[in-house]
Amino acid sequence: MAAKIITITSGKGGVGKTTATANISVALAQLGQKVVCIDSDIGLRNLDVVLGLENRIVYDLIDVIEGRCRIRQAMIKDKRYEGMYLIPAAQTRNKNAISPSDMIQMCNEIREETDWILIDSPAGIERGFKNAIAPAEEVLVITNPDVSAVRDADRIIGIIESEEKGPSKLIINRLNPEMVKRGKMLDAEDVLELLAVKLIGIVPEDERVLTSTNIGKPVVTHEKSTAGRAFRNIARRMMGDDIPLIDLEFKEGIFHRLSRIFNEGGE
Amino acid sequence: MSDWFSKLTGKTKSASEAKERLKFILIHDRTDINATALDEMKDEILQVISKHVTIDRSNVKITMVHDGREQRLIADIPIKKCVKR
Repeated sequence: MAAKIITITSGKGGVGKTTATANISVALAQLGQKVVCIDSDIGLRNLDVVLGLENRIVYDLIDVIEGRCRIRQAMIKDKRYEGMYLIPAAQTRNKNAISPSDMIQMCNEIREETDWILIDSPAGIERGFKNAIAPAEEVLVITNPDVSAVRDADRIIGIIESEEKGPSKLIINRLNPEMVKRGKMLDAEDVLELLAVKLIGIVPEDERVLTSTNIGKPVVTHEKSTAGRAFRNIARRMMGDDIPLIDLEFKEGIFHRLSRIFNEGGE
Repeated sequence: MSDWFSKLTGKTKSASEAKERLKFILIHDRTDINATALDEMKDEILQVISKHVTIDRSNVKITMVHDGREQRLIADIPIKKCVKR
């Protein structure tokens, strides 16, 4: 096997790159795939905590690149999900210690023994981002339905295009169907029309994303979570399954209906 | 339908305003041309064309539009009828 190498990036920070990387990785593992996810956000490592693996770190990405350990020693095996591995970022090292060719070389080394390599990119358009996309065959750009996140996504899509990484695929994260319905949030179609790229998933806003991060267990493992379902669908689309996009008319609970009555009007 | 309704009631939904604003922001980000530079360019284009034909300046439309991820400058420049001297 030769792994498919995917980088998840966004331009703007805080839109859900790490959450998406963790959830898509676990979803792929649950589909029987072998997955290595790499946190490339040097100095601001977080993929380990979202996955609940922070206490198992011995070696990190920079240790691998600087030859202090073998790459297999830095791969933390997640015992809860068969086939799931994490290479954590370094927390204290200088981020200039790593170059795009280091990333390519490292991915090549493990490529033959895994199905997927998922790289969590840092925010921004600088060196860390360039390192993260260097080995990628495909880039997933994640955005939220707000003006600044969409603007930054457009910028990053343009840069990825000019780096000849092929057309990016889009994940719209934290969409609130209630607000869309009331004309107070950009809907997925608006975002797609503006960015003009292919959509791979829409993830609804879901408080279980936070509660599951609290306990270090990605929301994708939660059967009932709408966000979890959306991430599972993204993983299946990546595997080539033809899954229709989740119907945006999510079931409306009685609480939402009541709060809507009281909150009519206002922007 | 919601469009004319919101115009009628004078209330615009903030989402449609976000979309309109983003359209302009993205065009400027992608082309690196701001509104002033675009106006200057329009003037120069019209000057060149006016050297050869008489144009109806009041009905000129030059706009930047986006077509997928490509930007396009669309110019609609009406030419005045030639009066024989």
